[in-house]
Amino acid sequence: MSLLSVQGLGISFGGLSAVRDVSFAVNAGEIVSVIGPNGAGKTTLFNMISGVYLPKAGQVRLDGETVTGLRPDLLARRGLSRTFQNLQIFQQMSVLDNVVVGFHLHERGPVLSDLLGLPGARRRSRASTQGARELLERVGLARAAEREAGALSYGALKRLEIARALAVRPRVLLLDEPAAGCNAVETEEIDRLIAEVADSGVAILLVEHDMKLVMRLSHTIVVLDHGEKIAEGDPATVSRDPQVIEAYLGASAEVIDAHG
Amino acid sequence: MSDLVPFSDLLQFLVSGVTVGAVYALVALGFTIIYNASDVVNFAQGEFVMLGGMISVAAVSAGLPLPLAALIAIVITAAIGVALNTLAIEPARGAPVVSLIIITIGASIFIRGVTQIVFGKGTHRLPPFSGDAPLHLFGAAILPQSLWVVAGAVAIFVGLWLFFTRTLTGRAVLATSNNRLAAQLVGINTGFVMTLSFALSAGIGALAGVLITPITPTSFEVGITLALKGFAAAMLGGMGNPKGALAGGLLLGLLEALTAGYLSSHYKDAVAFFVILVVLFAFPRGLYGSNPTERV
Repeated sequence: MSLLSVQGLGISFGGLSAVRDVSFAVNAGEIVSVIGPNGAGKTTLFNMISGVYLPKAGQVRLDGETVTGLRPDLLARRGLSRTFQNLQIFQQMSVLDNVVVGFHLHERGPVLSDLLGLPGARRRSRASTQGARELLERVGLARAAEREAGALSYGALKRLEIARALAVRPRVLLLDEPAAGCNAVETEEIDRLIAEVADSGVAILLVEHDMKLVMRLSHTIVVLDHGEKIAEGDPATVSRDPQVIEAYLGASAEVIDAHG
Repeated sequence: MSDLVPFSDLLQFLVSGVTVGAVYALVALGFTIIYNASDVVNFAQGEFVMLGGMISVAAVSAGLPLPLAALIAIVITAAIGVALNTLAIEPARGAPVVSLIIITIGASIFIRGVTQIVFGKGTHRLPPFSGDAPLHLFGAAILPQSLWVVAGAVAIFVGLWLFFTRTLTGRAVLATSNNRLAAQLVGINTGFVMTLSFALSAGIGALAGVLITPITPTSFEVGITLALKGFAAAMLGGMGNPKGALAGGLLLGLLEALTAGYLSSHYKDAVAFFVILVVLFAFPRGLYGSNPTERV
């Protein structure tokens, strides 16, 4: 069974339909990318899946369980984690603490134990800090651990958000433009990281404008235009689809094909 | 007259300023914790202090030992704080912050009224924790209770600092005040963080009430002044910053004590509030206020 499946999902804002009747599924270890021109509804789709928006129609299922419109913290508890295109960072906390907070779900204990500073609380805090440092190492931010998060560059914050999302130990990970604002070297690191995470059995849903990255990583590509799914398939098929070329890729189709 | 007399006067004023300031700092801290979790300025904060004093007085006169009475007062007040959140703030979720603040004002009037019915209009005092023979230091007389107040405030500030920086729950509260959506995304139940914040604020307020009641008598209406002073201290330090609460509280206490000592106790509130106005004129966000920067 698919880890994440979306059926007939739709939402409208003030009578204007933003996403209409979108369905697809993501299996464990699979990378599915959602592409489409700006305003196609990619981020809106993410917001519905992750509980930020309440869908007007359709269903979201996690491992078979219907989770449509569930609060984000309850979704996190069921193994869904995400990053944001426009970043949602704890700006005034240290880089390390941003990731430590991500361990909240798996390492938290009785609140009273934390309030009284019992040994268990200290042990859990140490375990989280240790895990957070390892994740920062993985995304290449180990040296920035003690800095205030708000002081980092956009590209670094993108990677910080990925580290925090991984701390939740997701089964399904939604990445909204993870490579935006990153230089070529950083993009390559993120590329490798995403592949690694997928190999470990996590279902990944990706929105990304870097077509080279999308074509290289994706098992399946879902193409949105004006809030509707106009194509779905493997990278080679999608990049040859006449409807996709017309709606989105236009004249650059050959270029992408060559890179893919 | 020796030269030491003015110095002992000053020392005396400083001692009483720090004592009162420590209480203001605790009230300001209560404002800060709830403000951080919910953006609400909780004007029932002074009532928590009053309840701490009144309930412990009632428990002591019922024959309970003081430590147990204090514990009972803190636990009951914390429960009232949680009830305030659950019954009055939580149902109005999504209302403008101003409405929520007005709700807390209503709640404070309600709490005051109920207290008057239950405990009467009388003024009450707790016995000092360890006698009332003053200690003498360079000509200044220090009440042992003053040391209790200061020690209690120090313990609370250090304890909370450890809680917020060293434990997962503490960091979850900080994370929620930083970015509610991001906190939810990592699985933090932000509703629970609200409950916890109200419990903490109310408990800290009650402790302040227990500590100060042997020095300043309590009655059902002492909360108004305390809330106003604590709010002023929080604004002075920078609303939302625990360091600011501490600095603002101590500064306000010292200002009042020095004015009362060197000018007249009639002017102590006026001078204190005048200085606050001047400070806020120069630093609109308070001494430790942060300038939130929006990333575009």
